[in-house]
Amino acid sequence: MAAFHFELVSPEKLLFSGSVEQVVVPGSEGEFAVLKDHAPVISTMRAGIVTVSESASKTQRLFVRGGFVDVSDKGLVILAEEAIPVEQLDLAQIEAQIKDAEEDLNDARSDESKAAARDKLAQLGEVKRVLGH
Amino acid sequence: MPSLKDLRNRIASVKATQKITKAMQMVAAAKLRRAQTAAEAARPYAERMDKVLANIAAGVGAGAQVPALLSGNGKSDVHLLVVFTSERGLCGAFNSSIVRLAREHINQLLGQGKTVKILCVGKKGYDQLRRQFEKHILELIELRSLKTIGYVNADAIGKKIIGMFEGAEFDVCTLFYSRFRSVIAQIPTAQQVIPALVPAQSGAPTSYDYEPEENEILTTLLPRNISVQVFRALLENAASEQGARMSAMDSATRNAGEMIKKQTLKYNRSRQAMITKELIEIISGAEAL
Repeated sequence: MAAFHFELVSPEKLLFSGSVEQVVVPGSEGEFAVLKDHAPVISTMRAGIVTVSESASKTQRLFVRGGFVDVSDKGLVILAEEAIPVEQLDLAQIEAQIKDAEEDLNDARSDESKAAARDKLAQLGEVKRVLGH
Repeated sequence: MPSLKDLRNRIASVKATQKITKAMQMVAAAKLRRAQTAAEAARPYAERMDKVLANIAAGVGAGAQVPALLSGNGKSDVHLLVVFTSERGLCGAFNSSIVRLAREHINQLLGQGKTVKILCVGKKGYDQLRRQFEKHILELIELRSLKTIGYVNADAIGKKIIGMFEGAEFDVCTLFYSRFRSVIAQIPTAQQVIPALVPAQSGAPTSYDYEPEENEILTTLLPRNISVQVFRALLENAASEQGARMSAMDSATRNAGEMIKKQTLKYNRSRQAMITKELIEIISGAEAL
């Protein structure tokens, strides 16, 4: 498969920069895969797993918590709010976060913050599901 | 003429001071390395953010409704100045140079009859600005208890700024911080963040697909951009502070060394003078017999 340039940056650091064959991105309106010569797109991301395939045999998975995706003719850039390689995630930590989110949901007064908390809870649930397997 | 004992005491005290400044210099050097890596690691994100923002801004430029965070609310009567300084002193002219830049801006704005509001991040800048502009200062945000600055802290400040903007408390927001060039060069910088100054795009804009809608993306991207700029300011400032402290403490150590040398010379001279004087007294006493 043809390779293209991919960068994954979080505010703290540059996590990935190099050429890849395929990246699967958790877009806010559904997951999508980016291959070489993808049409230019700017999209927001929800929390989820970014799957980076450098080659057919070498795949890397990273958890991102929201952010932006910029696909242009120069390649793919992901601006993640937070990004952690899946291997470094800790199930116990995620469960603690889920607990936090549940409390947030109970405390939430306005519809807006309730929806936000529910979103977060759903995202964390997803991460837990991914980790569980 | 100080006695020998006085001189000895003075030398001892300068030596003690030198030890402290030397230790502070080494601590600052170690911290600087960490702060510098953090600042450099954060740069790619801010740069990509700028690029994405420029891409989108070029796309929406023609559209009817551009979010206020990007284009401003059309006024420039009330200015919010966010002044980033350090929590601790003994770092040379670091804080003063940021405050001086801010003060020039404030005076200029006040001269034009604008309203000025100040948000201080860091205690030192607050102490210096309070003397002159007490009634303009809204709040002091202290980050003293933090060991390392995380994006979360910057995000909190960013959210506060945006909240104030949405509450129509100001029209233009400028950040004041020190950009880290090298250990000996830190550049006090004023950076306007609201309305966002978008770097000019070279070449034809790419026609993007937006998912979700353009405006929806902008409304999430722009607040994020503010937080990122605040984060960058905090990190650059932290690195600059350590750099400034390191060079200040380096010159303090050198000064102390020079002072010790001078005092020791003086001490030895007066000791020799005393010995000579005593000898003369003994010899002339013996001759008189």
